[in-house]
Amino acid sequence: MEIVLVGLNHRTAPVEVRERVSFNAEQAQRAAKELRARGILEETLVLSTCNRSEVYGVPPESSHECAPVLSTFLSEFHSVRSEILSVSLYHHYDREAVRHLFRVAAGLDSMLLGEAEILGQVREAYRFAHEQGATGPVLNRLFQGALEVGKRVRTETELGTRPMSVASAGVKLAERIFGKLGERKALVLGGGTISEQVISHLRDRGIAQLQVMNRSRERADQLAAEFGGIVVGWGEWDTALQSPDVVVASVSAEEPVLQRDVVARAMAARGNRALFLMDLGVPRNIDPSVGELYNVYVYNADDLTEIVQQNRNARESEIPQAQEIVGEHVSKFLSWQASVELVGLVDALRAKMREERATFIRSRMEHMKHLTETDRAQMEKLMDEMLEKLLLEPAQRLRGEKELRRKIQNVEALRDLFLSNREKP
Amino acid sequence: MNHLFPILTAIAYLLSFVLYVRFLSTGNRLTGRLGTLLLGLGLVAHYFALLERSAGLHQVPYHDLYGSMSLFGWLLALTYLALEVYHRQRSVGGFVLPFIVVFFLAAHLAPPDRLSPPAVHGPAFAFHVTLSILAYAAFALSFVLSLIFLAEERLLRRHKVGEVVWRLPPLELLAQMSQSSVLVGLVSIAIGTALGFVTVDRLEGQHSYFDAKYVTTLLLLVLYAVYFFLARTTAWRGARASRLCIFNFVIVVLSFTVVNLYLSHSHRYF
Repeated sequence: MEIVLVGLNHRTAPVEVRERVSFNAEQAQRAAKELRARGILEETLVLSTCNRSEVYGVPPESSHECAPVLSTFLSEFHSVRSEILSVSLYHHYDREAVRHLFRVAAGLDSMLLGEAEILGQVREAYRFAHEQGATGPVLNRLFQGALEVGKRVRTETELGTRPMSVASAGVKLAERIFGKLGERKALVLGGGTISEQVISHLRDRGIAQLQVMNRSRERADQLAAEFGGIVVGWGEWDTALQSPDVVVASVSAEEPVLQRDVVARAMAARGNRALFLMDLGVPRNIDPSVGELYNVYVYNADDLTEIVQQNRNARESEIPQAQEIVGEHVSKFLSWQASVELVGLVDALRAKMREERATFIRSRMEHMKHLTETDRAQMEKLMDEMLEKLLLEPAQRLRGEKELRRKIQNVEALRDLFLSNREKP
Repeated sequence: MNHLFPILTAIAYLLSFVLYVRFLSTGNRLTGRLGTLLLGLGLVAHYFALLERSAGLHQVPYHDLYGSMSLFGWLLALTYLALEVYHRQRSVGGFVLPFIVVFFLAAHLAPPDRLSPPAVHGPAFAFHVTLSILAYAAFALSFVLSLIFLAEERLLRRHKVGEVVWRLPPLELLAQMSQSSVLVGLVSIAIGTALGFVTVDRLEGQHSYFDAKYVTTLLLLVLYAVYFFLARTTAWRGARASRLCIFNFVIVVLSFTVVNLYLSHSHRYF
């Protein structure tokens, strides 16, 4: 019951390699099917995101022997030369494979530390493989554990709570003022990539209404259509600033497009309702003195970048706590694995001993013709009892072993000493 | 006298305070929930402590300074817990608990009361005092919330978004919580004051209706009503309303101290 993992990620492979080795749903299904059909793996799961492609499996034989076969399979499956792939692939076995997956689910192995999307991707990959019947008891337990780790890390630590991009930091700051944005309105000035990112974040946070203002009406129409917004004519400040709670400015302009008198007039018209202005333009789009107005909050790109940096540091400080959770669940999984293995091992040993006993009695009884059938049955029963007793005590001692490492070592020693590869459970 | 309930109350409140502070610094939800649970347990233990003491002395809790302060602490905890549950926001617990703990402990450490007990009795008087104390507890809570609002608003305006700002309630929610609290206070003080006048009306002999305490209480009623109105209007919403709320609470404190001790003839504690 060993576990093997072969894969690559953003740290080991450049994007050109990652994109060639990624799996879509159909490919993941086909790969899992082939791996089991060829007898390379008994249970299998493919986890493929934009930053990683990993194959988890339970091999019929040793995981160390299986890993090179898996590498070759990946190379053939994606038609990538093995020399290219071999420098990017990593192999993990058993404890390390478990730890790796749990770190992935926790967001500790992500490009953006603590990102939330990976947990959903792990969940989806598991659901898909489970539906296809590609997983079994080991991978089911492993991935359920991984989902639990991801959930715990997100609720018990702050690894994923702080915004890590300028756009998301701005939107989160707006929530510090208004609370949930579900009933709020936003105005976006400009139609560039940054505006698009902010709009996307605002939509994710459930902004009620979105207005788009851009010099190019065509681009404004395009953005409004894409994100379900309303277009406001460029320069119609008095109308445009009356209703929004959040204003995002990211336009190319030499002079600030939002002057103090314009905002002051708007604030008077809107009854001093709080206004959050996100100035992402360089040079700045909003006159800095606007921030002196009552109930107006202005944040520029530098302010938001500084917040992102603070958040990055804060996330990093959460790593030890997240790792502690990962460690706790790795031990829990290995303990389960050892217990399951122990049951299988005891059963295999019992079967082997009975077989030996049967052969032994058969050969010896040939010379003891004077014994009746009852005597023979009695002898067999006595030998069975003795063998059971011999097996029971070490099994109980092993089951009661508190130290996980020792327990696993003993299980392995017992298996290696008494069972051949063919007989191993 | 049995000290079990007061000790349990003190332990529960102190632990709750520690957990609320830890929740504020770590954001761990479980810690926050435990803080709320301990506050609830503290409230129950505090209730039994008050009940036991009242039963032992055959007096109402506000009979002396200890009882009045302890009842104030209990009502403050109760109002806060109701507000926390209503607004689903526990990150201000760490700021409110010190007031509750101080009032509870001060009640125990206060010197023996040498003032004569109140001359009046009866249900109307009991409700008058209890509702007035509840109102002051609610005003104290709105004061704390307004202070937090001003601090958070200042930090946000100065772009000093540190650890705590991410965990404090949003500004608009703080303003709403403060208004909810003032509303509880306003309703309580309005009914409490009316019952006070009913009590005075029933007393035999000559009683002045122009005691300094009556005037101050009516002034407070007006000031908090003005706050409640202005906080929802154009020019005052936000920091200005919070400043007014803090100013109003200063008048509450003056009403307790200067007015009670030097100007009023009919009020001792609240």
